[in-house]
Amino acid sequence: MNATTSTRTRGALGSSALRPDGIPKVQGRFAFSSDAWADSMLWGATLRSPHPHARIVSIDVSGALAINGVSAVITAKDVPGQLTYGLIASDQPVFASEVVRYAGEPVAAVAADHPETARRALDAIRVDYEVLPPLVDAEDAISGSFTPIHPDGNVIRRQRIIRGDQSFVGDVVVEGYYDVGMQDQAFLGLEAALALPDDAGGGVELFVATQWLHEDQKQIAACLGLPIEKVRLTLGGVGGAFGGREDISLQVHCCLLALTTGRPIKMQYGREESFFGHIHRHPARIFMRHHADRDGTLRRVEARIVLDGGAYASTSSAVLINAVTHMQGPYKCEMATVDGYAVRSNNPPCGAMRGFGVVQACFAHESQMDKLAAACGLDPVDIRLKNAMRTGDRLITGQVMDSVAPVERCIRETAALPLPEPLPADPDPLLIPGGAGLTARRGNITRGIGWGVSIKNLMYSEGFDDYATARCRLANGVATLQFATAEVGQGFVVLAQQIARTVLGVDTVLLEPISTAIGSAGSTSASRQTWMSGGAVDGACRLVRERLFEHVAATHHVDPLRLVIDGTDVVDSMGTLRVTVAEASHGLAFDETFEHHHRETEELDENGQGNCHVAFAFVAHRAVVDVDTELGLVKVVQVATAQDVGRVLNPLAALGQVEGGIAQGLGLAVMEEIVLENGRMRNPSFTDYLLPTALDAPDVVVSMIEEPEPQAPLGAKGIGEPPCISVTPAIVAAIRQATGKELSRVPVRPLDIVFG
Amino acid sequence: MTVVNATSLQQALEALRDHPGARLVQGGTDLMVEVNFNRTTLHDVVALRRVNELKRWHIVEDSQTIHLGAGVPYAEMERSPLCHHLPALAQAARTVGSPQIRAAGSLGGNLGTCSPAGDGLPVLSALDATVHLQSLDASRDLSIHEFMLGVKKNARQPNEVIVAVTLPILDGFQGYAKVGTRNAMVISAASACVVHDAIGGTVRVALGAVAPTVVRTREAEAWLASQTNLTAPLTVSPELAREFGRRAAAECSPIDDHRSTAAYRRHAIAVLVERLLLRANDHGKSPQ
Ligand SMILES: Cc1cc2nc3c(=O)[nH]c(=O)nc-3n(C[C@H](O)[C@H](O)[C@H](O)COP(=O)(O)OP(=O)(O)OC[C@H]3O[C@@H](n4cnc5c(N)ncnc54)[C@H](O)[C@@H]3O)c2cc1C
Repeated sequence: MNATTSTRTRGALGSSALRPDGIPKVQGRFAFSSDAWADSMLWGATLRSPHPHARIVSIDVSGALAINGVSAVITAKDVPGQLTYGLIASDQPVFASEVVRYAGEPVAAVAADHPETARRALDAIRVDYEVLPPLVDAEDAISGSFTPIHPDGNVIRRQRIIRGDQSFVGDVVVEGYYDVGMQDQAFLGLEAALALPDDAGGGVELFVATQWLHEDQKQIAACLGLPIEKVRLTLGGVGGAFGGREDISLQVHCCLLALTTGRPIKMQYGREESFFGHIHRHPARIFMRHHADRDGTLRRVEARIVLDGGAYASTSSAVLINAVTHMQGPYKCEMATVDGYAVRSNNPPCGAMRGFGVVQACFAHESQMDKLAAACGLDPVDIRLKNAMRTGDRLITGQVMDSVAPVERCIRETAALPLPEPLPADPDPLLIPGGAGLTARRGNITRGIGWGVSIKNLMYSEGFDDYATARCRLANGVATLQFATAEVGQGFVVLAQQIARTVLGVDTVLLEPISTAIGSAGSTSASRQTWMSGGAVDGACRLVRERLFEHVAATHHVDPLRLVIDGTDVVDSMGTLRVTVAEASHGLAFDETFEHHHRETEELDENGQGNCHVAFAFVAHRAVVDVDTELGLVKVVQVATAQDVGRVLNPLAALGQVEGGIAQGLGLAVMEEIVLENGRMRNPSFTDYLLPTALDAPDVVVSMIEEPEPQAPLGAKGIGEPPCISVTPAIVAAIRQATGKELSRVPVRPLDIVFG
Repeated sequence: MTVVNATSLQQALEALRDHPGARLVQGGTDLMVEVNFNRTTLHDVVALRRVNELKRWHIVEDSQTIHLGAGVPYAEMERSPLCHHLPALAQAARTVGSPQIRAAGSLGGNLGTCSPAGDGLPVLSALDATVHLQSLDASRDLSIHEFMLGVKKNARQPNEVIVAVTLPILDGFQGYAKVGTRNAMVISAASACVVHDAIGGTVRVALGAVAPTVVRTREAEAWLASQTNLTAPLTVSPELAREFGRRAAAECSPIDDHRSTAAYRRHAIAVLVERLLLRANDHGKSPQ
């Protein structure tokens, strides 16, 4: 080492840099949006429909207004702007006016001096309903047997994919029906917001936990009838999202109450209300038929997929596109016949959730691959290796796979990960199926192994330009970043700092509040922020670095193109100049803003052909389960996974995504389901909507496959969604192996194993 | 609304007299859920948390019983020495909620709520526990079977506090097993407690979550006694155990709900009772 060697920047890309919000969260000091508070604020609360389908005959709010402490009661007739909102189609009323279309739909909202006063005010509102029969079976929406429950009709979107010989019949044909239950995002930080009216009353500022500030801003402003700039949003602390915060929930209600009363309004949902307040994962019914050559080569897939979108469109049409375009799985396949529907019903609305349509498709295609393997006398690994997709292959949409596509490597590296120890003769009773219930002994347990492999698109599709904006300012050796990227727990705040440290050679990176004061970052969803906002931060930092190099070059009379960052110094790569970034930027300020756009995509044509997706990521999962076959109880022992990540930018954060996604996919496999009965939720609470506990979570062994993606600004693919997708079919396949049961629906319930 | 923070049983009883209809709260793990879900509006509350008399337990030497205060938290039942005297109760206690819930929840609350899924109740039933009730001017003892009346219905009068339960110290196997769709922290879909009284020569079984209230399977018990000698050590064949499970299951009347189905619950009971009886059979025998 010589004296001119620079100090390394701490927390650069590739390190497990500490999150700025990590320690405050662990210590309970982090302010979630439910902690927001303003002097003289009032509490907002929402009245919801008890019926899945009913005509509103009359609403009488006088009883509520008569209560001491109640400042306002608002209904549909108080909405000053557009009466509806929605992410793709504006079809969801701010408040139901003539009809309610799902149990839990907002009908009115109140502002009062105390949450308890607000609750009593809700009780005092008289709504006279004429109950109508609910449309709860998706097939009724398709067949036209039910009169339209919404002016936009009962079918939200239909999309076919037609490719190749439509009459081809394979040597080997396997088929089946598959059902996926309604999963909830179950983020822990409940919906909450604080709205502050402007002094002059002409605008509003909203602190809210959301996934996309600018989309919220657009929809809120339209409903309030205000110009966009009169509605300013700042991100409140977000405790998880998983897609459940893409749609408007309490935003418009909260702002409207603030404008009506001229007082700050706080709204927050409890856990039960949260189940009614946000959209869920689409339940699906899928039929699939696979055609293959005798040796197991996949030739053609046929599928019919029906997604129940519930009462309003939300992102159903985009979820459907994902489902139909991913039906082949991560496998080569020349011919396809796919027919997909997203329908409207009087069930709770469904929309985005981690995996976005691909979860449903994957459960079907992976179950099919196991059937195909059995029919061809191959094992589950060999059939997948034989058909593994490669870069350059064509998808059933005709799009050429031009992402790095290490499918074969994902499978081989997963297979090479160690299997768990066999169950000991006298196992810890807490660690076998039934756990604390002490239902089983060693002799009641059978072990099974199963596989799942998936393909997932990254970013938005079908011609949508979901760009991201970031700004970087460098002064006196300190970088300050600004972006509107929603930090929902995924860790973008630390990634942004890592990028700035790496590009600019600074240690200290400050973050401006996340708000609409800067351009859009797009949604924190679709596994896109590392790529998109990461690309924007990287771009802004590079522009600043160019300016810095120009300045250093001019000052020291060297060619700026010869300058590089080495640790915390600016160095002349062909000479002797070495000056710290802090000195070089002393007394100066460089300030640059950059927008990152991904390449353009196209809409699908009527045959489902077109380059509709930006890029793809892949993953393989191998699950080992222990099953008490007689009681139908399951313990997932281990999940091994090799994931195509492009590049690991923060090892700890990447591992967190993988482990968390696996827990969520496990939830769908064996316990998580919103149970509906005639449009009504039976279990809107954590007593009965079961999430995996520490005793349910498996050991996770991981291999990160790092083949940098040339299209991606940092070489890194999105890694948020893939972990939760193929783990579900892998677990179900393992249960099938242990039990010999068909198990065509998730979640697999104990009774499915016992009686299935 | 008045909240009386009683520091003695006497104070609590007086508070119940002064505020008729007041709700008692021990751990609050049932009551606060009711309040939060708006299923109950609280008027007056008498808090028992600081009433030390309810938090104690002791062995009554003459009768070889344990007198267990109604406010003893589950966490203590899980631990030594209580878990050695009352192993099925310890196992049931371990299945209740999370560590936070077990630090606060109590048998007084389990009895007070009297849910068919209450995990303490099958154990009390299988052990033929006695429930001690106290009012300002009277005390009475009820058998657990007289105390539990139906879904969330019990024989307690509004002016009474459940002060304790008395449970026998028995020689022989005691076990509790509970089925739910998660490996911990789950409300029972079906549960069973099997107790073997090796001196008295009985095997007793009580079932949870499969009827409006906890079920004692007296016919199956009598049948088993007629089939084999129940004084120690048990020699139950696998076939006998299976038939016993089937007979016990025939005595429950489960329903379909969002947690499970009647058919699955009945099946699970048969399996649990069979397995628990086989465990009783193995109890005390060397592993070989
Ligand atoms: C997350 C969670 C998980 C749970 N899981 C389980 C579970 O797995 N199994 C299970 O059985 N239960 C479970 N419960 C329910 C609850 O914990 C138990 O029923 C517990 O035994 C209640 O005891 P407590 O002291 O908290 O009762 P409290 O809530 O204080 O009281 C419950 C009722 O009993 C009455 N009461 C309390 N003490 C007395 C007394 N001394 N005399 C007369 N009346 C009295 C109260 O007035 C009230 O009506 C769970 C609860 C929660 C919140």
